[in-house]
Order: sequence, then structure tokens, then C-alpha cells
Amino acid sequence: MHVTVEDGRVTDVKLRIFEPPRFFEAFLRGRAYTEPPDITARICGICPVAYQMSSVQAIEQICGVDVDGPLRSLRRLLYCGEWIESHTLHVFMLHLPDFLGYDSAVELARDHHDTVAKALELKKIGNEVMRVVGGREVHPINVRVGGWYRAPRKRELAPLVPKLERARELALETVSITAGLPFPDYAQDYELVALSSPGEYPIDRGRIVSNRGLDISVAEYDDHFVEEQVAWSNALHSSLRERGSYLCGPLARFALSYERLSPIAREAAESVGLAPAERNPFRSIVVRALEVVYAADEALRLIADYEEPDSPAVEVEPRAGVGYGCSEAPRGILYHRYRLDDDGTVLDAKIVPPTSQNQRTIEEDLRGVVERSLDVPDDELSRLCEQTIRNYDPCISCATHFLRLEIERR
Amino acid sequence: MATTPKPKLAVWKFASCDGCQLSLLDCEDELLALAGEIEIAYFLEASSATVAGPYDLSLVEGSITTAEDAERIRDVRRLSRRLVTIGACATAGGVQALRNFADVGDFLSIVYASPEYVSTLETSTPISAHVPVDFELHGCPIDKRQLLEVITAFLHGRRPAIASTSVCTECKRRGNVCVMVAHGTPCLGPVTHAGCGALCPSFDRGCYGCFGPMETPNTVSLTRQLRVLGMDNRDVDRVFRTFNVDAFEAVRAPEPGA
Repeated sequence: MHVTVEDGRVTDVKLRIFEPPRFFEAFLRGRAYTEPPDITARICGICPVAYQMSSVQAIEQICGVDVDGPLRSLRRLLYCGEWIESHTLHVFMLHLPDFLGYDSAVELARDHHDTVAKALELKKIGNEVMRVVGGREVHPINVRVGGWYRAPRKRELAPLVPKLERARELALETVSITAGLPFPDYAQDYELVALSSPGEYPIDRGRIVSNRGLDISVAEYDDHFVEEQVAWSNALHSSLRERGSYLCGPLARFALSYERLSPIAREAAESVGLAPAERNPFRSIVVRALEVVYAADEALRLIADYEEPDSPAVEVEPRAGVGYGCSEAPRGILYHRYRLDDDGTVLDAKIVPPTSQNQRTIEEDLRGVVERSLDVPDDELSRLCEQTIRNYDPCISCATHFLRLEIERR
Repeated sequence: MATTPKPKLAVWKFASCDGCQLSLLDCEDELLALAGEIEIAYFLEASSATVAGPYDLSLVEGSITTAEDAERIRDVRRLSRRLVTIGACATAGGVQALRNFADVGDFLSIVYASPEYVSTLETSTPISAHVPVDFELHGCPIDKRQLLEVITAFLHGRRPAIASTSVCTECKRRGNVCVMVAHGTPCLGPVTHAGCGALCPSFDRGCYGCFGPMETPNTVSLTRQLRVLGMDNRDVDRVFRTFNVDAFEAVRAPEPGA
């Protein structure tokens, strides 16, 4: 990270991400329409389900197939597992140690053994949901275009119920713990972007909306958003055309779909004074905990309502066309677009992960945070910057403990 | 009385998705016990504290795709008493090794508007192509029980007990019905390295080879069967060219008459 300070003012902030490019959009060309869920899962080991869900949605749209009923409920259930696992990993293993002044969750466990043990228990329950529904926690194998390879029986889901009830309790505790943390005094008037879906908190599908009046179908994404390459980083930077940076992820979902949280999750928010008007990015850790409450609660609802489907998948015949998919990865909206020819071969693919979308906002927050803290020593400032970046839970290579801060004072 | 210092573990990342190192954090029941036995000296996914090397055991995730990383892996090797590669990227170049069969310049221009800003090698190669490796743990992702076995074995100075047979043996042990024989579902199980516990066939799906080739696989015979089940040349190429593309291409004998 490079910061330029002139006469006590921050004039430039550049976050350089050296994650080596892996060229998924290039080698997807020429693959079969059935392959993107398995291939794109490998973009991120922390949120493979998000990649699987956005890709199947886009391809099913091209092929004119609607996956609904229990097949769709299972998708949402799998996604709840990923939210629980990924959010818990982030809250306890990456972010909480920052707030409490520890280097890691293992360090934290020395003084707060009970807290870390409960975090691991919670994370494990998320993983179990993924294992039962998806086959395994990293790169699930059961997801396919059209539905599933094998739909779980009701009796396979039943043992998850007491575990998810426990998860909901642990998550409620997490809300209280995180709400009591000391938060830097910082807030921004962001444009918040998230999916919106009638009658439910957004996870697996919806329209793309913002707090400034954006309300579009996923197919209109490219008309409104643009991705740019910058010379200093391998991560692409997204922005809203003629409007600039925006923020996606828990804070945006919470602000835009507060009314659609389950009663238990909404009560938990109220009890700690968390309102949809929240704009302090450091408090996203509380929202994440709250979304774990919701995910556990929603998973319980989905299991209670589940009826075994007659067939694990809908038949999907390939056809030519362009399709669009978007779902709420734990860190924010994940957009996929595919073009197929008539035998189902992928002609081109576009994938915009939430980390690209938040990249400009991360840099703007860093600028804001550094500007307020120019008098603190560089090593302390470096820690504060890492903590700021972790507000966004960016894909792990940048979320991890990597930061080398260069401050150029002129 | 002096206490014996705890063995030092380091976890390194190269080009990858982070899923294999996440498998270590997914050992929820064992993680804190493990942290009591060893010193997690370098693990950026989980800690900002780093302890200087040398390290008793280094786990390496990811493949080599940049000139800087080709240098960095030599440094890691120098600092590591034992070096174990984890996952398909580190052991076989990963899915990003599909570039090895294409023109990386084309790939760059598909993804980036200004390819000149991005520096990358033309190939994605496994760690063993650059430095000596003490053990390779396969899988995309690796299996966490196997990971614990590898860590335990190296800390006790023995070879890990990891079978090098095929997924078929795991299917038989689980009592699965053969998806290829019973349902006519194409399956790479007969040529794929064991380790997942025959996961896909247990979900009525054919194995897609994410653990890479077993020792001495008979790909010719399997390919013949895949054709009987209706796959054409392109389908067969696609199924072998995924997460362990380089490893499967290395063992795929040309078909007689092809």
C-alpha cells in the first residue's frame, strides 16, 4: 500500500494487489455449459458456493430453465452454510483479533479460550451444512446446472436441526460480543449496492438495487457498471458509470433489506442498536455476526419446509444465447455472464467478484482513515489500515496479514 | 530444566484459491490442540505474527506462475527442513495450468485491457518443477483428514500413511454401487488418486478427477469405456483437462490408431 502525504494532506492512496492472475475468463472459453460451476468454484476456496450459484443461474437463464421449489431451497440452504462458515472465519479469525490487539485467533485463544472454542464450533456447523448438502466444505461436488446430482433425504437434514439451533444461539452471542467492541469513529455516505428479492433477505437471487435509486435486473449490469484496470494492481476496479465507487456486502444488504430479516435477527439488531442507517464500515463485523444469526434461522426454516423433490435436477438442454447471474457472496454481489453457442460451448465469460467491486471504496476508506490518523506512528497506522481493509473481508490474498505500508511524506 | 522448543510450522501461498490452507482452519476439532503441539510460525491466512525461519515443516499451496514466485519458492525451500506441497495447484499446476496448452498472450488480452501492466509466466508449474519436495498431498481441495495425517507423520519423523490407489478402491470400501456399471455414468474413478473417500460416486456423480492421476493409471482402457458411454473426443479431452490438467496429460498415452 502506497500513501502520498503532502502538507499534512493525503493526496494519493494506492493498494497494490499482486495476486498472480489465473485467467479463468480466458480458459472458460471452449468449455461445456455444464462445467462453469465446478471450474469457477476454484476461483475462491472461501466462497466456492457463491461462484457455483451465480454460474448456474446464468446458464439456466440461457437454456430457459427455472430451478425452483425444493431444488432452489437446497441451493439457499447450501448458501446459508457458506455464509455461516465464511462470516465466522472472518469475524473471529481475521477481524476480531484486530479489534482486541492480537495477531491471530490462536493468540486470542490463549486469553479467550472459550470465545475461540465457540467460534470454531459455530464455523463447524456451517461446514456441516455444506457437507450434508454439497458433499464437502471446500468446492462442493453436488451442485449442477439444473439442480443437484443427488437431493438429500429429509432424514439426512434432520440431524442439522439441533446444530443450527445451537448455531443461532452462538451467533446471537457473537452479535453481543462484536457490538461491544471499540470502533474507530468513521463513517461515509456510501452508495450501497445489493440484491433485493421480495419477501426474503437476499442470498441466491434478486434485482440489483442501491440506496440512490438504482433498481435493475441482473441482465442490465453491464449497462450500469464498468470494470477498469489500474496500472498498480492486478485486481480490477469496478465503478458505477458516471457515479463512481460503491459498496457491496453485509453493510449494504443490511441497509437495503433490513425489513426482510427474520424476526429473531431483527430483534438482535435492535438490541444492540444496529439500524439500517449504519455507515461505519468497522461495524460491518456486527452485521456479519447478525447475518450468521439470519443464516442459521433461515437454514432452519428451509429444513422445516423441505419436501424431497421427485428428481434431483431439471433437464437442461443447451442453446445459444447470453445469460446473467448474480448472487450475494459473503463479501457482496458476485456477477457472472456467459455466452453459449447452440451446442452449449462457452464462447465467452465475464466474472466480477465483490472484491473488485469494493476495491475503490477500500482505497477511499484508507484515504479517510489515514487522513484522520496522520499523527500516529507508521506501525500503528499500518495495523489500522489492515483493519480497514478487513472491514471488506476481501478475498483472502488481500485480507490476510500482508500489508507493507509506504508513506511518502512531502 | 530446558523445555524442548515446539516444532515450527509454516504455510505458504502461491497461485491458488486458498481452499487447501483453509482446510487447516477447517480442522475445527483439532486446531487448538495442534496449536498446542506446534508453533504456527508463519501462516498469513490466520496470523499477522511471523516467526523467522528455519521451519521444521512447510506446507506449500499454489503453483508457480510468476518470475518472483519462482524465486520465492527457492527461499522457502532454503528455510524449510521438510517441504510438503498441498493440493492440485502445488502438486500439478492447478486449473491455471490450462494456460500451458494455450497462448498466454491471448489469455492476458481476454482478461486485461492493458496486458502490459501484468507480468506472468507462460506456464503454471508445480512446486516440484522448481525445488525438491518431500511429500505431495493431492486433491482439489485436499482432504483435511489426510492433511492431519501428513502433519502428524512429519512431526514424528515417519512417512505419511496415504494410499496411492484409485478412487475405485474407496468406492468398494464404502459399498457404493458402481455409477459407471450400474448407471452408465462416465467416471474417472478407475484412474484417479484416492483420498476423497469416493465422494462423487456417493452422490450419484461420476468422479471428475480432482485428486489427479493415481500411480500407473490405465487411461487408454478408461478412455475406451468413456467412448462406449457416448463421450466424443472433445468430451474426453475436457474431462481430463481440469484441475490436474498437466498431471493427466503426462500420463495419457496416445490411443492406438488415434
